[in-house]
Amino acid sequence: MLKKIFSEVVKNRECYIMLAPFMILFFIFTVVPVLMSVPIGFTDFNMVQSPKFTGLSNYTALFLSDKIFIKSIRVTIIFVFFTGPVSFVLCFLIAWLINEMPSVLRTFFTLIFYIPSMANVYSVWRIIFSGDINGYINSFLINIGIVTSPVQWLTDGNYVLVTAIIVQLWLSLGAGFLAMRAGLQNIDRSMYEAGAVEGISNRWQELIYIVIPSMKPHLMFASVLQIVSSFTVGTVIQNIVGFPSTDYKAHTIMTHAYDYGWVRYEMGYASAICMILFIIMYAVNSVISRFLGKYTD
Amino acid sequence: MLHIRKNKASCRQSGQKKGSTVLIFLFLSVLGIFMFFPVYLIVVMSVKPVEELFVFPPKLYTLRPTMKNFSDMFEIIRQNRVPFSRYVFNSITVTVSVTVLQCIFISMSAFVLAKCQFAGRKLINSIIVIALLYQSNVIYIMQYMVLAKLNLIDSLLAIILPSVASPMGLFLMKQSISQIPDSIIESAKTDGAGLFRICWQIVMPNQKPALMTLIIFAFQSSWNMQSGAFVFHEQYKTLPTVVNQVSSAGLARAGTAMAAAVFMLVPPVVVFTFAQKHIIETMAHSGIRN
Repeated sequence: MLKKIFSEVVKNRECYIMLAPFMILFFIFTVVPVLMSVPIGFTDFNMVQSPKFTGLSNYTALFLSDKIFIKSIRVTIIFVFFTGPVSFVLCFLIAWLINEMPSVLRTFFTLIFYIPSMANVYSVWRIIFSGDINGYINSFLINIGIVTSPVQWLTDGNYVLVTAIIVQLWLSLGAGFLAMRAGLQNIDRSMYEAGAVEGISNRWQELIYIVIPSMKPHLMFASVLQIVSSFTVGTVIQNIVGFPSTDYKAHTIMTHAYDYGWVRYEMGYASAICMILFIIMYAVNSVISRFLGKYTD
Repeated sequence: MLHIRKNKASCRQSGQKKGSTVLIFLFLSVLGIFMFFPVYLIVVMSVKPVEELFVFPPKLYTLRPTMKNFSDMFEIIRQNRVPFSRYVFNSITVTVSVTVLQCIFISMSAFVLAKCQFAGRKLINSIIVIALLYQSNVIYIMQYMVLAKLNLIDSLLAIILPSVASPMGLFLMKQSISQIPDSIIESAKTDGAGLFRICWQIVMPNQKPALMTLIIFAFQSSWNMQSGAFVFHEQYKTLPTVVNQVSSAGLARAGTAMAAAVFMLVPPVVVFTFAQKHIIETMAHSGIRN
């Protein structure tokens, strides 16, 4: 048995040597910390004393007595529903439309659409949505007469989630969009020519019969990225509408974990929250990648 | 006769295509204005004199641009005990090493994971997806413990090494390389090329768009990396850490904060523009693929 494994390793030694530099770092700095953090969810850990094992009590407390956690799940689902799929489709659509442009405009538009993700400056949004008449949105709305008094975008419980969703959409276009651009650029020109010979006559047919099927790996990548960025949203919201947000109206699961981890120093509880988030994301990712796999094959 | 009709048809087709190109251009322009607006505001506010920052109605331009915000920013940074050049040096070291190491390590690993059959491949692939999806604020504590065990706390390596091991970049490259037909790699193998040569001479030249994307991701994230909890000595801190001190003083320093944002934005934009240009040039030249 051991001999068999050994001969397998020797046979593929080139593979393992090429994998080694990345995998060693990845194992030490990502896999080990992840493995170490999983058991923390079953303990009471305040970062000063060593963790005390408490069994499933963190998890039962989360679902049975933490009303704000249940609320945060609802907020996160709303948030994901409005930012995830919209952003994914928008990323693809914009990347594809840019690809249809002449080459000078392509560089130009790619830059315009990607700059927001490089300049993740939240303070400018606080000024745009500012609650007094100096805010750009308020002053615009008052000028054209839609509202008469300034709207409290950042503090009114009715608006905080909408404001956060808009900012997140603006920020989230970046990474997925760029990966899709790379995918589009990788499509062989001859595929289009072959398609034209076989009677594909307009852009929409090109999109459905050539572009989407050959972009499957990039779509998968963008979807994972979108899942991660929309489910784990927290910092953006905290920076825009403050922490905690009015009536916990924009309180996501990640904000809840931040609250328990870095404000109350209940790391065990925070870790349990993150574990539940991971399980949800893993399930969503499996469903989506199965669906994408089926559709693009 | 048939020939003429065919010509006509293709004429109409290209006319249609031109028409819709204009429509697409308009659509992208309108959307682009929305996307670019906040960035435009950042730039305008960074050159606005302080007294113009809070007037009603808020203005979208300034007639008296000033560099005062920028000089204020440098003034604030200069008050630190450590000279400004030290932060610049730290940031450049971190950015360049993370970007270069990521490109080399990730390219090789991604190629092997996408195109070679060996024991453990499936396992590694699923670990990578799990690592991508598992986001926990406890990880930082555990990373701290690992770094402490390795005696790396309070050095630039504490910032560099954890960020080289990014599952995101690996996943991107792996997905992109998986599209290369197996036949190319098989034929290279029968020609006697080793995996290392196949990776660098056959696969990677075909992966320039993905590689450029990887470079942009790596550059951007490491350039914006704050030294965080792993570094305590001021002399090992990075540029974003000090620049953030400037902007954390609230609305009173709004102009200076915007100047800091513009200052931090310039290098990624330059790298991005360069990478984009490079992609398009190589796409234009690489007529022969497959």
